[in-house]
Amino acid sequence: MRTLTKPRQRQGSATASSTHAHAHESAIKHVTGRATYIDDIQAPAGCLHLALALSPVAHGRLAPVDMERVRALPGVVDAVGFHDVPGHTDIGPVFPGDPIFVEEEISYAGQVLFAIAAQSQRAAREAVKAAMDAGVVKIDEQPASLDPVAAAERGELVRPTHVQESGDWQATLAMASSVVEGEQFVGGQEHFYLEGQACLVTPTEDEGVVVHTSNQHPSETQKLVAEVLGIPLHAVTVEVRRMGGGFGGKETQASPWACIAALISRRTGRAAKLRLPRAEDMRATGKRHPFHNRYRLGIDEAGVIQGGELTLIGDCGYSPDLSEAIVDRAMFHADNAYSLGQARVTGHRARTHFASNTAFRGFGGPQGMMVIEAAMDDIARRVGEDPLTIRKRNLYRGGEAPLRRTTHYGQTVEQLGLLHELVERLETSSEYWQRRREIIDFNAQSPVLKRGLALTPVKFGISFTAQHLNQAGALLHVYTDGSVQINHGGTEMGQGLHTKICQVVARELGLDLEAVRITATRTDKVPNTSPTAASSGADLNGMAARDACLRLKERLFDFAAANLHADQGLERDGMRLEAGHLVAGSGESQRRIPWGELVQAAYFGRISLSEKGFYATPLIHYDRETGKGRPFYYYAFGAAVSEVQVDTLTGEYQVTRVDILHDVGDSLNPAIDLGQVEGGFIQGMGWLTSEELRWNGDGRLLNEGPATYKIPTFGDLPPVFNVELMEGHPNSMASLYRSKAVGEPPFMLAISVWSALRDALASLVNYREAPRLDTPATPERVLMAAEALRRHAHLETRPSEEVVP
Amino acid sequence: MIEFLLNGQPRRCEATPDTSVLELLRDTLGQTGTKEGCATGDCGACTVAIGERDDQGTLRYQAANACITPAHQLNDRALVTVEGLARGDALHPAQAAMVACHASQCGFCTPGIVMSLFTLHEEQQRAPAPLTAARLEATLGGNLCRCTGYRPIRDAAMTMGDYHYPAVRVWEPAASESNDVEEVDKTESAEPASQQKAFGFIQPASLEALIAERRAHPEAPLVAGGTDLWLEVTQRLARFPRVVDLTRVPELQHIEPTTLDDGRQGWWVGGAVTYARLEPLLAEHYPAFEHLLHRLGSAQVRNRGTLGGNIANASPIGDTPPVLLALGSRLWLAGPGDGEGGSGEEVVERELPLDEFFLDYKRTELRPGEVIRAIFLPHPQPERELRIWKLSKRREDDISAVLGAFTWRLDDGVMRDVRLAFGGMAATPKRALAAEAALEGYAPTPAAFAAARAALETDFQPMSDVRGSANYRRLSAANLLERLRLVVSQRDQLDNNSHGSREVMLHAYAH
Repeated sequence: MRTLTKPRQRQGSATASSTHAHAHESAIKHVTGRATYIDDIQAPAGCLHLALALSPVAHGRLAPVDMERVRALPGVVDAVGFHDVPGHTDIGPVFPGDPIFVEEEISYAGQVLFAIAAQSQRAAREAVKAAMDAGVVKIDEQPASLDPVAAAERGELVRPTHVQESGDWQATLAMASSVVEGEQFVGGQEHFYLEGQACLVTPTEDEGVVVHTSNQHPSETQKLVAEVLGIPLHAVTVEVRRMGGGFGGKETQASPWACIAALISRRTGRAAKLRLPRAEDMRATGKRHPFHNRYRLGIDEAGVIQGGELTLIGDCGYSPDLSEAIVDRAMFHADNAYSLGQARVTGHRARTHFASNTAFRGFGGPQGMMVIEAAMDDIARRVGEDPLTIRKRNLYRGGEAPLRRTTHYGQTVEQLGLLHELVERLETSSEYWQRRREIIDFNAQSPVLKRGLALTPVKFGISFTAQHLNQAGALLHVYTDGSVQINHGGTEMGQGLHTKICQVVARELGLDLEAVRITATRTDKVPNTSPTAASSGADLNGMAARDACLRLKERLFDFAAANLHADQGLERDGMRLEAGHLVAGSGESQRRIPWGELVQAAYFGRISLSEKGFYATPLIHYDRETGKGRPFYYYAFGAAVSEVQVDTLTGEYQVTRVDILHDVGDSLNPAIDLGQVEGGFIQGMGWLTSEELRWNGDGRLLNEGPATYKIPTFGDLPPVFNVELMEGHPNSMASLYRSKAVGEPPFMLAISVWSALRDALASLVNYREAPRLDTPATPERVLMAAEALRRHAHLETRPSEEVVP
Repeated sequence: MIEFLLNGQPRRCEATPDTSVLELLRDTLGQTGTKEGCATGDCGACTVAIGERDDQGTLRYQAANACITPAHQLNDRALVTVEGLARGDALHPAQAAMVACHASQCGFCTPGIVMSLFTLHEEQQRAPAPLTAARLEATLGGNLCRCTGYRPIRDAAMTMGDYHYPAVRVWEPAASESNDVEEVDKTESAEPASQQKAFGFIQPASLEALIAERRAHPEAPLVAGGTDLWLEVTQRLARFPRVVDLTRVPELQHIEPTTLDDGRQGWWVGGAVTYARLEPLLAEHYPAFEHLLHRLGSAQVRNRGTLGGNIANASPIGDTPPVLLALGSRLWLAGPGDGEGGSGEEVVERELPLDEFFLDYKRTELRPGEVIRAIFLPHPQPERELRIWKLSKRREDDISAVLGAFTWRLDDGVMRDVRLAFGGMAATPKRALAAEAALEGYAPTPAAFAAARAALETDFQPMSDVRGSANYRRLSAANLLERLRLVVSQRDQLDNNSHGSREVMLHAYAH
C-alpha cells in the first residue's frame, strides 16, 4: 500500500458512551429482511440438502441398516449412517454418550438413525419417508424408562449424585418447632427459537470444511466436526453471524447437524445444508430439564427456616450432555435469595428415554428456585402470615450470624443491602399492601373469580460453574482509514451482545459507534472460545475486547509520545482518546490529533494496528468433593410482583399487572437490558403457564409444533407491565464498567406469576393452605388444584349441592 | 403459470400446484426476507401481505401466512413482502418504529411482525381508528416472538403513526405500469415439465365449472384458505398433482339474506367466505360469535380460513360447528349427483340441517364431489341468548380443549329452546341432548342445572389428548353449565332487583 484512503472522520458528534441505549447493531437489517440467517445464505452451486431419519420409538434395538439400499432410492445422492463415520462416533460435548447416529441401541424417539442428501430439502425428506416405508429400518422395540423418579430410585443416572451440606441439618430438623414439607413437579420447556437448527457446510481445498451454523458454541462444533471427520481442528472453520434465537438450545445441540452435514460435504465434495423442519427439531433436540423436587424444612414460630433438606431430581434424558452442570446450578439456586440455615441439598441426574435435556436460559437455576419458592408460600400458610412477610424474613441478611449471609455451598452473599433495598422499593412502588387488602376484600365478595398477588425475588449466580469456561478472547483491527473492526468469541443470538461489544470499543477508542464494525464470530479469528451462555457473553467478551483496546491504546500512545507533533513529541501522561481525537496535554499546551491521522502516522511508523485481548474471571473456584467454594464472581438480583385473576370454574386466568425492579449494576445499554428483563420474564411466564410438553405412554412427543406447544403471544403481555432497572448500585466486583449480566436472571422473575396463582387459589380455603400446583400451571392444572381445595374444604366443613361455594 | 405483482413488479412464475407462497419466494425467487418458522401457519414468521383490488380499484392488503398459502392463489394479486417496504434508506413507518422501539432482538420473527404492522398501517391510512388493545391483539396475535416479550412491539404499533413516509408507495405498481414481465423459471421441481402441463392448479370461475371439475377429478383436493390442507404438504409431504381452488367461485363468496321454507330469516353464507369477511356481520348480530373468531385463529388465519372449510373438515375441535349447531344452522350442498342419467353438466343441490351432517370422526354426509355451497346463519331472535365459551391453554390462536355454545330463551322464568353444543367432547361437534332435556322447560335452578351436569355424563365420554385430559374435559364442560346457571340466574335476578351483577368469568376470555 503506497497511498492510503482518506481517513473517515466524523466531526464533533463523537460522544460514544458505553452506557447509551443504542439500537441493536442489526436492527435495520432485521426490519428490512436483509439480516441473513443460515437458510438465507445463497448456497453454492450443487449444494446438497439433507434430511434425517429419526427413530419412531423411544427404546429398542436397531437392526443394521442397509445403507446401499438407502443410497439406491430415487433422488438420493448420498446417505450416511453410523458405519460411514471416519472418525469419532461419540459427539458427547462434555461426557461421552451421544452417538452421532444410532449404532444399535435406540435411546429416544427422535434419535437420528441416518441422513440422506438430495437435490432439495423436499426431495431429501421424501427419500427419508420412502426409506422408512420401504422397511430399511427394523427395530426391536423395548419398554422405555420414562419416569425419572423411578429411574433415580433404581440408580439409573447419567452422572453421579452430588450433595451440598452446611451444618447439622438433621439435628436442626429434629429440634425445629415445626416442619414444613412438600413435593412438586416442575415441567420442562421447548426452546422454540424461531429459527430452527440449521447449518451449511462447504468443503475446503484441503481435508477440511467451513461450517456456517446457527450456534452458541462454535469452538465446540469445530472440535466435534474435526473429530468426526478424523482431521485436525485447524482444518475446520466455524462461522456464526447471528442466530434467530438460541436460549441455550444451540449450546451443545447445534453440533450434531454440523457434524452430519460435514460428513456429506466431505464425501461428496459439495456444499451440504441441513435445516431441521420444526417438528423434527422438536423431536430430535433436548429441552429444559423437568424436575421433581422435594423439601423438608424446619422453621421457627416466625416462619424462619432453621434448616432441613432439599432433594432435586433432574430428568436428564438419555445422556449426560450438560446435565452435570445443570443439576449443579439447580442446587446452587435451591436457596434463591433465602438462607437455608443448616441444610443439605441433594441433586440426582436421572437417565430416561427422552432426548438429552440441555441448557435453557437459567440452566437449572429456575427449577431449583421453584422448590424454595413453593416452601415460602407453604410456610406462610402454616404460620398464617402473608407470603411476602415470610419471604422478607428469610432473605439473606448481613450483620447477623455468618450463616445468614452464607450459602449452603459456602459462598458469602455480597450486596445484601441492594437486595433488601430492591425488595422494599418494589414493595412500595407496586403498592403491594394496599393491593393485598383490596384483593382480600374482592375475593371475599367474588364466588368464582379470585385474585392473587405475589412478590418473588431473584438472586442468580454469575459465572460458568465449570471454571475453565470463564475465559474469552477478542481481536481488534484498525484499518488505515480509521475504521475499526472487532471480533470476539461470543455469538449474537438477539441478546445484543455485538451491540454492547461495539459500544465498549467505541468508548475505549473515543469513537462514534458507526466507526466500529463487528464481524461474524469465527473460530479462525478468535480460537478456543467458550459458549455464549451463562449470561456471561458481555462480561467475558466485553472485558476481552476492552483488553485489546487498552493494549492498542498503549502502543499508539507510546508511538505518539515519541513521534508525533514534529520533534517536540507529546506529553505521554494523561494522553487519551476522546471524541475522535488523540488528546495530549492540557490547557495551552493541549494537542489534539484526529484519529485518522494518528492511525495513518502509526501505519507509516510501522506500528501494528491490530491487537488481541484476553480475559479470565478472577477469584472463582468450587470443590465438588466438599461441595464448597465460590462458584460465582457475583450475584445479580431482581424482584417482581405479579397479580392474577383466576376463574375457579374453568381454571382460566389472566396476569393483570406486573411490576419488576431488576439489578444490572451500571447498565451497558439500558434499552437492551430492559429488553432482556422483559423478554426473560415473559419467557419464564410461558414456562410456568401455557408451555406444556406432553409425551405419550411410549415416550413419543405429542407437541411437534406451535399448534400444540403454546409459547406466550401478544395478548399474554400483561396490560400493566412496569419494568425498571435498579439504579445507583454498581457491581461491587470489578466487572465490565461495573455492569452485571442480564441474560438469565430475569427469567426467574416469572415465578411470581406462579406464586400469585397459588395465592388466588389459596383464597378458596381462606388462605389456610397453599395448593400443590405443578407446572406448567395450565388452566387444567389450575382447575384441578381448585377442585382439590374445594373437595378438601367440603370434607372439612359442610355438605353442599353447590359447585360454587 | 402464476402472474402477480411482487412489491409492485409484475412477475410470471412456474410452480407445481402444491407450491406455497413461501417456497415460491425463497426457493424460486431468492427473496429470503420472509422466514419459515413452523410451516404450519402458527408462528407468523412468514407473514406477507396479499393485496386485492376493492370495488374502487384500490389495493386492500391482508396478512397471510406464506407457508400455507398456495402460490397459485397469487394469480392477479399483489404480493408485498418485507423487502418491498423501504424506499432506499427511508424505512416504512412500521420498520422505523420497530427500530426506534428496540422491538427486534434476534430478528427472525421481525419480518413477519413488520408485515402485520404494515397491514395495520394501511388500515389506519384508509380509515383511522383508535388502536385499542383488542385491535392490536387482533393484528399481532398470530406473530410469535420468543425474545422481546412483546412490549416494545406494542410500542412500535402505537407509535408508527407518528412516522412520515415518502408519498411514493414503492410496493404498488407505478402509474405507468409496464408490461415487461420478468419470467422466472422454476428452479426446483421433481415433476417433469410434461407432467406439470397435464395436471395443475385449477381455478374454476363458476359453481358449474367447479362441479364439472369435481365430477372429472373427484380425487383432487379442494382448497380455499389452505389453513388445514396445506399442512398435508408441509408436514406429511403430500403431493397434489391437481388442486381445485374455491376462492374464485363467485357463488361461494356471497353473503345473502334469505328466508327459509320454515319461515326462519337469516343469511346464506357462501362456503368460501372467510372469517374476516364474516366478521362485520357477526359483529352486528352475534357479538359472542365475533369474539370467538378472535380466539379461533390469528389475523393471518381469519383472513384465509373459511366457514365452509371449518365445517367440511369435520374436526371434533373445530370452533364454529358447535356454535352453528346451537343456532340451528343448515347446509346447502352442491354436487355432481350420482352421475347416472345426467347430462354430465348438471349441478345437484340439496339442503340438510347441520345436526345431520357430522357422522363420525372426520366423516360427514358429503357425497363424492359434493361441496358446501352455503351455510345458513339464522337471524338473531329477540330474547334468545347465545353464549360461546372456549377453553384452551392459551387465550389467543389456540385450539380448543373444550368449546361450549349455548342458546336459550327465558319464557316466564322457564328456559325454552335450550341448545347446548360442544366441541372437544366427542368424535364430532355434538349437542348435549340429555343435558338439553334436563333444562328444557325448567327454571334455571341449581337443581335443574345439577341434573343437566349429571346428564352430560351420558351425553359425552371425552378422551385425553395433548390439549386436555378426559377428566378436565368432563369437569370443565360441567362447570361451563354452572357458569351458564350463574349467567341465566343473574339475568333473572337483574330483572327482579337492582343488585349489581358479580363477574363470573374473565372478560378477556369470555362474555
